[in-house]
Amino acid sequence: MKKLLVIVMLAYSFLLNTNIVFAAEAKPLAEDPVIEARLKAMSQELRCLVCQNQTLADSSAPLAEDLRKEIRVLMHEGKSDKEVVDYLVARYGDFVRYRPPVNNETALLWFGPFLLLIIGGFVLYKVLKKQASGENFEAEE
Amino acid sequence: MAKFLIPLALFLITVGFLFKGLFLDPHEVPSPLVGKPAPMFQAPVLGEAGKTFNIEEMKGKVWLLNVWASWCAACREEHPLLIEMAKTKKIITYGLDYKDTDAEAQEVLTTMGNPYNKVLTDVDGKIGIDYGVYGVPETYVIDKAGVIRYKQIGPLTPEILLTKIVPLLKELQ
Repeated sequence: MKKLLVIVMLAYSFLLNTNIVFAAEAKPLAEDPVIEARLKAMSQELRCLVCQNQTLADSSAPLAEDLRKEIRVLMHEGKSDKEVVDYLVARYGDFVRYRPPVNNETALLWFGPFLLLIIGGFVLYKVLKKQASGENFEAEE
Repeated sequence: MAKFLIPLALFLITVGFLFKGLFLDPHEVPSPLVGKPAPMFQAPVLGEAGKTFNIEEMKGKVWLLNVWASWCAACREEHPLLIEMAKTKKIITYGLDYKDTDAEAQEVLTTMGNPYNKVLTDVDGKIGIDYGVYGVPETYVIDKAGVIRYKQIGPLTPEILLTKIVPLLKELQ
């Protein structure tokens, strides 16, 4: 019982610790709150290329930090959101975007599921029709 | 019979895809820069204080731009190969020292040898962003017109060198 208590306490202190680390890492917002809000919204739509399952907003990879800095600079220069995204896509490709654009290369990605749905529907239709016609009557028992 | 064959065929197709997937590296993202002009840049030259390199100087040459850093372990892996390439004196290789300090970069070059014709420094990683660098080492093949023809993400291997880069360099000369 005592052992369990120690483990729980250890786990708890570990959790607490990581919280403290995160708190220390969060940097104070830069001077322009509008740009910070835009950066935050945009970087949640962008992929960090170093750790690919994290957004640019979440990642603490040095490259992600550099890119956030760069986006801030571009925004200060008066670039629109679209211009900033285009700037990144020109360098890193469509892969930086979590919502890939619809084009020839991504057509299968966008429309593949519908294609599968149609095929599945067709197969289901065939099977049901076969059953209705009584051929598979024994199988139902 | 068809009852078994269709699921079997579907199963085999799935296995085929999964098998192929084993040999794909999700970190290798195709660069949109291949086939486009290499981004312009100027950079200080390592070990030559006050000198600035301008990419314009490379017009008319086929060359490799190898992005590396002293803090990058995979770069040390490919370093001996770069040295071997330099020994042939047939390949022009410029190094781009990415987010590094001059002193540490110099130390690597003195202990492991310097395979580069010149090393350019990118202390704040700005040039790296223009080239879409996201994992050092990366190597770019740039042709006489200044167009990027190939990008290698991750360390060069003898196999990549012989099957991809050398034939490409021969073609571009």
